[in-house]
Amino acid sequence: MAKAGEVKVIGGWPSPFVMRPRIALNLKGVEYELLEEKFGAKSELLLRSNPVHKKIPVFLHADRPVCESLIIVQYIDETWPSTGPSILPSDPYDRATARFWAAYIDEKWFPSMTGIARAQGEEAKKAAIDQVVEGLFLLEDAFGKISKGKPFFGGDTIGFLDIALGCFLGWLRVTEKTHGLKLLDEAKVPGLAKWAERFCADDAVKGVMPETEKLAEFAKLIMAKFKAPPPQ
Amino acid sequence: MAKLKIIVSATSLFCTRIEWALKLKGLEYELTVEDWDKGKSELLLKSNPAHKKVPVLLDDGVAIAESKVILEYIDEKWKGGDLYPLLPQDPYERAQARFWAQFADDKCVFGTWGACCAVDALEKEKAVENALESFAYLEKQIEGKKFFAGDKIGYLDLVAGWIPHWLGVMEETGGIKILDAERFPSLHEWAQNFIKIPLIKECVPPRDFLVNYSIALLSYLRSSALNKP
Repeated sequence: MAKAGEVKVIGGWPSPFVMRPRIALNLKGVEYELLEEKFGAKSELLLRSNPVHKKIPVFLHADRPVCESLIIVQYIDETWPSTGPSILPSDPYDRATARFWAAYIDEKWFPSMTGIARAQGEEAKKAAIDQVVEGLFLLEDAFGKISKGKPFFGGDTIGFLDIALGCFLGWLRVTEKTHGLKLLDEAKVPGLAKWAERFCADDAVKGVMPETEKLAEFAKLIMAKFKAPPPQ
Repeated sequence: MAKLKIIVSATSLFCTRIEWALKLKGLEYELTVEDWDKGKSELLLKSNPAHKKVPVLLDDGVAIAESKVILEYIDEKWKGGDLYPLLPQDPYERAQARFWAQFADDKCVFGTWGACCAVDALEKEKAVENALESFAYLEKQIEGKKFFAGDKIGYLDLVAGWIPHWLGVMEETGGIKILDAERFPSLHEWAQNFIKIPLIKECVPPRDFLVNYSIALLSYLRSSALNKP
């Protein structure tokens, strides 16, 4: 059982990566303190705890830092094995499958989604959108095979792969809104579309998934900052 | 027929780490080597449709892809008793091993390869600087230890295991110097100790073969880069 003040997450409310350990802790019923980073200025604590990447999230357990969101989620699962549901499946092949798709999401799918905003020109934008949609088809297929008719990738409860993909739903919706797209189209990816609703409605997720409106405002802010002329 | 098969390429540093893991676990396996001249095999495309890359482990026909995912699979499926542990038991130590393995692959492998491929002198210098910074982190991790995992090799040693053999080839063919014994004494010593281990040494591709492959690949990549509009 975690002692009060022993578990902390250094993060920021807009970050999908920060959502991951928060959802994991919620699933395990482990209390934690959220140390909210100010956008644009990294705290001493963050720089000290993650000197290699200087990024959020950082997980602090009795002041020992663990970095990289999916590594943190596994750490949480392994540190509190008997409380709450298991986040990773028990079978080695199922675990490998979950890890494989989580790596795919981080290395290929999410970058392709941010690629839509970064695309210069209509042609590049269309190519970026096609990539995201292709990825969603792959993930739809994976969902069918992995969930085996159950509500989540993890089965009856949210698991590792649900967390890995689900954390991006807020940003996915902002992308859809900003560019007038329907990416998580029920007609095209019905399994994922319904899964997304269930994921966002889950108790472990509700309190940490940012509202699309709020995220969209935040997105406008950072785009403005990036496009602004450099200070003299 | 062997129950365990690895789809590999003759040169990939990501593939040999799988062989090392299976040997440490005392498991028999077969290799099926891709012939890039013939294009990617049906088996590879079927086994890893998402990435179409090696290595892929086939366990009784069931495919597992992504080298670090495969290593954890091997460790979790064949564990306990006398079986050699790859990852540490303690959750915090496991998190550290995973963190540094990801770092080693993302920053050290691709950092070095980027420096090799760079043609422009300034670009190359910057790339080497970045790679050196990354290697400095690894040096710190190995300081005071014989192997990353302690007295015996483990997961992180296998992931960093390309350094004693492949790095020298990259340095020679890429015109760069990264693993300097003076600059990184602990890493240098670790490399010597690692490659001496018989089951490690017996799996690495012949150096000449790697050198020729590397020269050809770099030449191709550089000419493609120069021919870009």
